[in-house]
Amino acid sequence: MRRKHQDKGHIVHSFDEDLNTLASVIIEMGGIAETQLSDAIKSVGTLDYALAEKVVGRDQRLDKLEIEVDAAAIKILAQRQPMAEDLRQVVTALKIAHMVERIGDYSKNIAKRATILSTLPPLESQQNIPRMGQIAQKLLKDVLDAYIERNADQAIDVWQRDRELDEVCESVFREIQHGMAQDSKYIASGTHVLFMAQSIERIGDYTTNIAEMVYFLVNGEPLIELRPKGDWTTMASTESNSVSTSDSDT
Amino acid sequence: MIVSEQFSGMSPVSVDDNNCLQPPVVLKSKMETRALDVFYGDKQALQDINLAIGEKEVTALIGPSGCGKSTYLRCLNRMNDTIPECTVRGEVTLDDANIYAPGVDVVEVRARVGMVFQKPNPFPKSIYDNIAYGPRIHGIGSNREAIDEIVQVSLERAGLWEEVRERLNEPGTGLSGGQQQRLCIARAIAVDPEVILMDEPCSALDPIATARIEELIDELKENYTIVIVTHSMQQAARVSQKAAFFHLGMLIECDDTPAMFTNPTKKQTQDYITGRIG
Repeated sequence: MRRKHQDKGHIVHSFDEDLNTLASVIIEMGGIAETQLSDAIKSVGTLDYALAEKVVGRDQRLDKLEIEVDAAAIKILAQRQPMAEDLRQVVTALKIAHMVERIGDYSKNIAKRATILSTLPPLESQQNIPRMGQIAQKLLKDVLDAYIERNADQAIDVWQRDRELDEVCESVFREIQHGMAQDSKYIASGTHVLFMAQSIERIGDYTTNIAEMVYFLVNGEPLIELRPKGDWTTMASTESNSVSTSDSDT
Repeated sequence: MIVSEQFSGMSPVSVDDNNCLQPPVVLKSKMETRALDVFYGDKQALQDINLAIGEKEVTALIGPSGCGKSTYLRCLNRMNDTIPECTVRGEVTLDDANIYAPGVDVVEVRARVGMVFQKPNPFPKSIYDNIAYGPRIHGIGSNREAIDEIVQVSLERAGLWEEVRERLNEPGTGLSGGQQQRLCIARAIAVDPEVILMDEPCSALDPIATARIEELIDELKENYTIVIVTHSMQQAARVSQKAAFFHLGMLIECDDTPAMFTNPTKKQTQDYITGRIG
């Protein structure tokens, strides 16, 4: 896809090529991360062991591409000493690549748990994972589009919509707890489903972080307003001495 | 165009500027230019330049060749007076006094606003005499001891003393390029100026000599106001606190240096500093 943020190329054409390469590797990473998340979620819904294994195996590709982005960015910094938007492109590329790689890691984690889940007594609330996953998938897709299109408005939209995911997460968390409290045979599967829910919630957080990077890339200033956030970990606590474990980055 | 009464900032303050950004805060401006126009014959080289130079900080003037940045620099100590067909209109103030006002002593202006050029240009004299020349003609330093001290202090401040203390009587032209440039800086400092203008002071120097000059600029800003013209964007980013971008004889944008190089307001600035126009 053609990027349309700059109407004028550099006097040195190879500089444009370097920046284009950087962006295209990130776009490739984004595409893989989308597939990883979607397959991981699918493997939970269908308890498809083979598909889950495939997700686990494919994660290496993302790791490798992140290293490629790092190398390309370092080369541009050393050779071109980029300024202004060029500089922001390189810096945000480094950060976005890292976040996309982390999204891949969480997807892999979900898939791994799916392989275990297929051997355990099914918990009713695990049906919520695909629903949560779909919300996260949409956030990921939209934020990657915002990056490709350099669309700050769409980035803000994603940034605000993460709250929706946090809220669903909170209710799912309660349901899982409820299921585990009903019968101790569900404790093992419940624990895995809990971690899956948390992984999806973390993926949502990364999409908002990417959205912040897109906003910064386009506007040159950080997106710093306090976003309304649902903090499901504290709200879902069953005890009065609740401890917040939410470490979501804003 | 009428210059705003509230002019105090370090930014173009043309009234038609619909940019809502506030001009960056300058604690105290040492020099200001208001509605400055410069012509070479019929050709207008600078158009309505409104700019304030903050005291004891480094202001970098950037822009493609022919944009007027050197012309602007040369207005700050009336060096353009030496060009017969050059006309200057508007105000250039040094501590709020117009240096173009009738009756102003140009020699005194140039003593207060010193200059260092692109190519090191030591006098064909000894290292000692290169430094002592200015103080002598300005009547600074009444005796040999006083001049000796000025020579030593100036060379120390220019970071050259250790390298030349044993050979003060050798010709200045025998030094390396980087040393010659530091000699010229020492020569400018010797008459105790308040402002130092530098016109591409490193463009004839190797990277090590350049680094020494940049380090020196950093030290000098403790005591002097510095205005530097440079073609190296990276150098401007490294040495200056404020940066002003000139294009086609106009001041396009002036801002705090970090903002200028990470997020310039004007598209022309962005296109220039990222290597899209030149």
